[in-house]
Amino acid sequence: MWSWESVIDEAYDQDIPVLAARARSDEAESWRRGAGGCNRRARSMRAVWNILAIRLDKGMCGGTVLKDKYGKEIEEILSRYPVKRSALIPLLYLAQRDHGYVTESAMQEIAHLLRLTPPQVYETITFYTMFNLKPMGKFHIQVCKSLMCALVGSDTVIEWIKMKLGIAPGESTADGLFSLSVVECLAACGTGPMMQINDDYYEQLTEDKLDRILADLRSTGTSPLKSGPFMWPEPVPSGRGA
Amino acid sequence: MPKHELILLKNMMQPGYTGSLTDYEKTGGYQALRNTLGKIAPPDVTAMVRKSGLRGRGGAGFPTGVKWGFLPKDYQGPRYLCCNADESEPGTFKDRQLMERDPHQVLEGIVLACYAIGAETAYIYIRGEMVLGSKILEHAIDEARVAGYIGKNILGTGVNADVWVHRGAGAYICGEETALLESLEGKRGLPRVKPPFPATHGLYNKPTVVNNVETLANLPHIINRGPEWFAGIGSPPKSTGTRVFCVSGHVKRPGNYEVPMGMTVRELVYEHAGGMRSDKPMKAFIPGGASAPFLTPAHLDVKLDFEHVAAAGSMLGSGGVTVMEEGTSMVWAALRLMEFFYHESCGKCSPCREGSSWLVQTLRRILAKRGRMEDLETLSDLCKNIAGRTVCAFGDAAVAPIQSTLKHWRQEYVDLINEAEAANLIMPGQVGIGR
Ligand SMILES: Cc1cc2nc3c(=O)[nH]c(=O)nc-3n(C[C@H](O)[C@H](O)[C@H](O)COP(=O)(O)O)c2cc1C
Ligand code: SF4
Ligand code: FES
Repeated sequence: MWSWESVIDEAYDQDIPVLAARARSDEAESWRRGAGGCNRRARSMRAVWNILAIRLDKGMCGGTVLKDKYGKEIEEILSRYPVKRSALIPLLYLAQRDHGYVTESAMQEIAHLLRLTPPQVYETITFYTMFNLKPMGKFHIQVCKSLMCALVGSDTVIEWIKMKLGIAPGESTADGLFSLSVVECLAACGTGPMMQINDDYYEQLTEDKLDRILADLRSTGTSPLKSGPFMWPEPVPSGRGA
Repeated sequence: MPKHELILLKNMMQPGYTGSLTDYEKTGGYQALRNTLGKIAPPDVTAMVRKSGLRGRGGAGFPTGVKWGFLPKDYQGPRYLCCNADESEPGTFKDRQLMERDPHQVLEGIVLACYAIGAETAYIYIRGEMVLGSKILEHAIDEARVAGYIGKNILGTGVNADVWVHRGAGAYICGEETALLESLEGKRGLPRVKPPFPATHGLYNKPTVVNNVETLANLPHIINRGPEWFAGIGSPPKSTGTRVFCVSGHVKRPGNYEVPMGMTVRELVYEHAGGMRSDKPMKAFIPGGASAPFLTPAHLDVKLDFEHVAAAGSMLGSGGVTVMEEGTSMVWAALRLMEFFYHESCGKCSPCREGSSWLVQTLRRILAKRGRMEDLETLSDLCKNIAGRTVCAFGDAAVAPIQSTLKHWRQEYVDLINEAEAANLIMPGQVGIGR
């Protein structure tokens, strides 16, 4: 079926008609947003800028590292969406999983895979907080500091970790094991104070529990204190819910 | 044991219930789907939902059936359903429980909604941090696909509905429906100017419905037991059904409580959540997540439904009820929430982008006892110039904590500025962990 997607696709491969295709798709996009009164000059400037970026990208498309390694998974992700760009966040996650953070060349490769310009990838990745643009510790500790957790002691959790690990938020330990961040609400407000370490939640923290978690991570790389499927209060009276 | 009947949390409260497809089917799961697909015409499903009085549980409380009715009737191309599982509103943690404990209930709701609006593709936009939740959902989708409840030609009726999980990446604003669509399209999550509304120009410019997880989870029950049954629960005619309230803060038993709409805050906090955690009396509460203005104990008998909470000067919002005890500094509490909004402003419009930063700085100064009396004027001026002047409702939400604390606890600001008494106020972070 005819679509702007396929026009851009073709133009991208042939290099020459890219300028026209981009400009026209931008035109189409601002119209479809109902932005009839939007600044025309800004619109065409953006089109030209995009072309320059595409041309630049042609010279350094970042190789095929991800594609070679995760070809099938990438195909599967792309198949979920009618428009390629939707796969951007899933592919960035894939790159981050591969390397611990998203490298410059991964961004270029993804841009190429999705027929985007590197700036389009860069503007998206910097908008979201979950992508790391630099190497992180093996365990990325994120403590929630929003009001509900703060009411039950999240500031003490942060101080405790700072003291135990000797790092401030935004830093990593010298051995590369831990990084600390202070973040906003993670949807565990009734079981605060809480933190997330890599993919896992740890809730209802106390000083004692924190020590055990850090020790577990150091020795085994995981901790049985992490949360399972969430339910609070628990149906069978136990612990604090009694 | 609660006196009223549970609807959404009923299954998961059974000991040993795992949320697997077998468990869900044993409790009558997917019966609504069997009885609907090919047997009730899609417009009639929409009519049933409209009749039930179901209103959105995501924040705005828009009647769900009415929203579905806005989709163009004669449009030939694809339509989309987006399940809003972004759940980032501070104080809210119900969707997480609904998805992680009973994922099929949500999925059945999604397929029913797809059928009603004629969508063949649904995306569950789940917040990026909920890795466990997205894995559970993906597993449940696989189970349902094998059993023929999701995918092509569902149950041999010729109806198609594919469901995909799409993880966000840490941006509160992507809970706003148009920002969610932008994000799903692989862009920055900047809310769109409305109109046009998603019903006509949504995902990929196609007719789209965005519904919250809890909203969708109600659908199988409405179909199974009839819209009249649902409309009789809660506080009809305007606020029907139950709400899963997320109680947090200084209470004995925080957690998710499903109660009929219209229950008083007093009953929810003192009977369900066990009352205050210590002997200190209640000082303040938020009835509907961080975006809802603070209320005082004078409002304890306000009924928790859309109209009564609004009449009391706040909003039911996402159902996050946060309780604060005597001794909590309200200026500090307002600052904590304001810091959240400052961090999460998407930056598209200047009043919100610049104003939130200005508000945070002013509050910090006051709290550090370096404030001036004029600062109070500045605060209210800024709030007035943000609310109602932004692209999305985030602007109104962001000023709620300040406006409401200035209204109810102005003296605390004055005292801080006067450097009086303030030294006695406890900031919870400084007194150790625990309740
Ligand atoms: C700033 C902002 C944040 C929002 N966050 C969420 C959210 O996290 N989850 C949600 O379901 N709705 C959220 N909403 C509401 C959605 O825009 C939308 O109204 C809702 O998903 C519609 O579903 P419903 O009709 O089922 O409630 C938010 C709205 C705003 C303005
Ligand atoms: S109000 Fe704030 S969050 Fe909403 S569009 Fe404007 S800047 Fe973005
Ligand atoms: S406030 Fe910490 S998880 Fe919500």
